[in-house]
Amino acid sequence: MRGMTLGQYYPGTSPIHRLDPRAKIILGILAIVCSFLCKTLFSFCLLEALVLLLVILSGIPPKLLIRALRPVLFILLFTSLVNIFMTRGKNLLFEYGIFHIYEEGLWNALFMILRITSLILMTSIFLTYTTTPIALTDGLEQLLSPLKKLHIPVHDFAMMITIAMRFIPTLAEETERIMNAQRARGVNFSTGGLIKRVRSLIPILIPLFVSAFNRAFDLANAMECRCYHGGEGRTRLKVLRYNVWDFVAILLLIGVGVGLVFANRLTFGGSIL
Amino acid sequence: MDKIRLENVTYRYDVGTPFEQTALEDVTLSIEAGKITGIIGHTGSGKSTMMKLLNGLDSPTEGKVYLDGACINATKKEWLAQGLEDEKYKDLPKNAKKKAILKDYADFHKNLCFRVGLVMQYPEYQLFEETVAKDIAFGPRNMGLSEEEIAKRVKEAAAFTGVSEDLFEKSPFDLSGGQKRRVALSGVIAMRPEVLVLDEPAAGLDPRGRNNVFESIVDYRNKTGSTIVIVSHSMEDMAKYCDRVVVMNHAKVAMVGERKEVFAHVRELAGMGLDIPEITRLAELLLAKGLPLTDAIYTVEEAREALLAVWKGGGDK
Repeated sequence: MRGMTLGQYYPGTSPIHRLDPRAKIILGILAIVCSFLCKTLFSFCLLEALVLLLVILSGIPPKLLIRALRPVLFILLFTSLVNIFMTRGKNLLFEYGIFHIYEEGLWNALFMILRITSLILMTSIFLTYTTTPIALTDGLEQLLSPLKKLHIPVHDFAMMITIAMRFIPTLAEETERIMNAQRARGVNFSTGGLIKRVRSLIPILIPLFVSAFNRAFDLANAMECRCYHGGEGRTRLKVLRYNVWDFVAILLLIGVGVGLVFANRLTFGGSIL
Repeated sequence: MDKIRLENVTYRYDVGTPFEQTALEDVTLSIEAGKITGIIGHTGSGKSTMMKLLNGLDSPTEGKVYLDGACINATKKEWLAQGLEDEKYKDLPKNAKKKAILKDYADFHKNLCFRVGLVMQYPEYQLFEETVAKDIAFGPRNMGLSEEEIAKRVKEAAAFTGVSEDLFEKSPFDLSGGQKRRVALSGVIAMRPEVLVLDEPAAGLDPRGRNNVFESIVDYRNKTGSTIVIVSHSMEDMAKYCDRVVVMNHAKVAMVGERKEVFAHVRELAGMGLDIPEITRLAELLLAKGLPLTDAIYTVEEAREALLAVWKGGGDK
């Protein structure tokens, strides 16, 4: 449990790190839009060039970025198989019983893989890798603050997320302590059948829940003692300020999106190429 | 005789990361059987890390820990190699020999946590059962004992720590802090460990609670002859209850010896960030005022005897 880090934040001072968290959230959304705008190989080439540029700008080791893709490996595999076997087109390449593979299917599979990987890489570069979770929730709160007019408790949601994230390492530490204590009383977590292993979690989960609730009460009391009453009239230690570069970055990414739309129309010979 | 022996033990956290930290450095130490050994040191001196190594909960980065001469950290291979030379298995045929050695290896590791009972800091956080009796019985039940034996041990352990039997059917979460602590302590004592290791057993308790906890530990030692290791930063408690004292400083053993020997260096201990017992300070002040106090004084009892001696001596004059 030791060495468990919160999120994947990679400390640094790259131009992307220095952007305002609100700008980065908007950039993340634009990046998603961009990856869905691509329809031809040429526009995908442009998109990958953008991804490469972002990777270089952010200064994050590529090894770490590849790790971000690991959880979606299964989805990638599944969607590409579905695309390969289910797409009907003109150009039949292979046929065996009920299986038909068309050229269009292969292209679709490739595009889907490119789309999903670049989407994940870009959003993780903008959000998880270069922004601390706290800055991210702060930014989200500010961005969503117009919703307060509709009586949606934006501040409260943001506070809940912040508190939840703050206590992840604390609870991890606590879990380790309780596990050690119960192991010292002869609990074995690593052997035995499934049922036995699940049962061996009870001595961990109960004390953990009890202490988590106690912690929650303590925290609530402490907040009340300091007159916390929600977001109304609350000032901040770190005031978020937009910078020229934030606008430049947003405008640039919108420009890329428009460029991609035009790139889609360019055709070099084939319909997809 | 040595009950536990640490040989050249080094422990590092987060090896290979920028956060690497040495918690123990080349520690060689013997813990004598049947005695109460206190391990003192200020925060971060490596004392809590050391106790996790004593029952195999964690393995040292380098070095070995021995319990009754058997190495806790030996791999199967090392254990086998050593077993083949051992007199104990001499008469067995080759195949049976290997089997017997490996069985002993498995048994040794299974029983390790029952032989060396560990009471972590704030042990009340480990309580989870519906009733106090069930919680105390948790360890013995994991040992695979019969129900009668378990019931016997629960009663016995509760008696050691002064948990009254009316509490047995209560939920452990309804108890007071001091009671919870005693129940948690009983939960470990019920396994009848040969070595009882406690990390700050009295932390956060009021003076009466502190005395109760320590007295039940001493009582357990006196009645069972077990070896006790107490990890603490309170010199006051150590001076009162320990036979031997180990002083840890900056991941190393700074001093080892009988209580008197170690506390004779009281000034050096203060230099290591440890508090001198209040009664010792009082004695020093009295000494400065001209009272002829002979020996260095670390507990209230010692102070009383020394003062009475002075008083009687003064009466004679």
